[in-house]
Amino acid sequence: MGKHKSPARYSAAGLAWRGLRRKPWPRVWREPELKSAYDVIIVGGGIHGLATAYYLASNHGITNVAVLDKAYLGSGGSGRNTAIVRSNYLTPEGVAFYDRSLQLYNTMSADLNINVMFSERGHMTLAHTDSALRTMNWRAEVNKLQDIDSSVIDPGEVKKLAPSLDTSPDTRYPILGALYHPPGGTIRHDAVVWGYARAADSYGVDLHQKTEVIDILCEGGEGPAGKGAGGKVTGVRTNRGDIHAPVVVNCTAGWASTIAAMAGVRLPITTHPLQAAVTEPVKTFLPTVIVSGSLHVYVSQTDRGELVFGASVDPLATYDMRGTLEFTEELASHVLELMPGVSKMRLMRQWAGLCDMTPDYSPVMGPTPVDGFVVDVGWGTYGFKAGPVSGEQMAACIAHGTMPDLIAPFVLSRFTDGTLVGEKGAAAVGH
Amino acid sequence: MLLVPCPNCGPRNAADMSYGGEPHTRPDPNTASPAQWRTYLYLRDNESGWITENWYCSSGCRKHFKLERHTLTGELRNPPLPGVKTGGPR
Repeated sequence: MGKHKSPARYSAAGLAWRGLRRKPWPRVWREPELKSAYDVIIVGGGIHGLATAYYLASNHGITNVAVLDKAYLGSGGSGRNTAIVRSNYLTPEGVAFYDRSLQLYNTMSADLNINVMFSERGHMTLAHTDSALRTMNWRAEVNKLQDIDSSVIDPGEVKKLAPSLDTSPDTRYPILGALYHPPGGTIRHDAVVWGYARAADSYGVDLHQKTEVIDILCEGGEGPAGKGAGGKVTGVRTNRGDIHAPVVVNCTAGWASTIAAMAGVRLPITTHPLQAAVTEPVKTFLPTVIVSGSLHVYVSQTDRGELVFGASVDPLATYDMRGTLEFTEELASHVLELMPGVSKMRLMRQWAGLCDMTPDYSPVMGPTPVDGFVVDVGWGTYGFKAGPVSGEQMAACIAHGTMPDLIAPFVLSRFTDGTLVGEKGAAAVGH
Repeated sequence: MLLVPCPNCGPRNAADMSYGGEPHTRPDPNTASPAQWRTYLYLRDNESGWITENWYCSSGCRKHFKLERHTLTGELRNPPLPGVKTGGPR
């Protein structure tokens, strides 16, 4: 790691100095030439791809790495999510994994020297039915066993934490209680992308934007052009030329199936859009993140005062990211059942991101039947909160050629072995 | 919003329909190996481009039909074809 040069440090003094002298800020990362060969090619320049590149360089000394993105860095799910983090999952595997992610997020501002604006404001999942309350109790017990701060609270405590919620018993879906998770919160998602990009670049990782992968080069496989099971990957073909590498990592979220198909690999994934919306900014009144599974909505207030809403994925499998009126109508009706007080607020924008949904609501990580073709996909609606730990563990997986314990349950072969990791109870809507 | 042309009910909002996903042939459960069965259960092509997919007019005529749709642009082409209940996809 000899040639590692730390990026310029951000500080209040530096800000004042540049502001007063009116000096322009330098470019944060290089725009390098495309080399003909790398040790590792990472397809997808979002949080997962950039974090993998960063940890490959910082933890394992592998710096001859290229990150390719067909648009700009963070243009996919990394810039479209609702920026919520938490670790109160349902399975012990899920809890251990997401808790590590939360630890990395906690120290990220210092580690990457960029303010990611982590607001540890607490996360509340509302229960509107007896069965939901039972699942909350179950989750709370699983969480407590693994030392996660998580407990079930009654409607009175819910009202105390979030006075704007309608906790009266005469609503259509009365609030019976909630799973309260104080370490959850929100993070500035763009800052996470920029932080990892800047840090990876400082180690000599090449970040190539507007570089689209149009084919994956393989040899020895059973399919056409040497693709498919039994073969190995030799590089990728991009719109800017061929690049060779013994390892190609697929971190393309919603586009995961299309990239995997280029290597002759079929994935247990369908791509669904997930819509979100944001209101005009108002004074701060909502101190925690609120999730309601029964009402299919989650809401948090940003530092600027806007309410950010998200829902569950659209039922239709598509790559089309246009918003729909049904989404806004349903969202408004559900939010008003929870918080009647916001009825006069106006929605400013709505958008959609592509989610790579798996049958068991857990990701797919690690090796595939094609040697050297590694995946970090199937992140569905929960990819943002897992970004740092996925990068760390995928880097270890690539560097050592074995699956680390933390991500071993998420291997692709679980679908042929029948060892699924069912997280639907904690991940279908819960954010 | 996607307007889905049901063969009986005419153009209807996609929200009125149940989405059946990409069609795939169900192997015979008596003879299929676990690998074949799990391939049928879990693996999907999930293509970006023109696909043929199953729809079910759940709040109208309750007929199954197949439709050609471009998954990137949302365009439809060709009239719907009669389909059968597939018994599988989410």
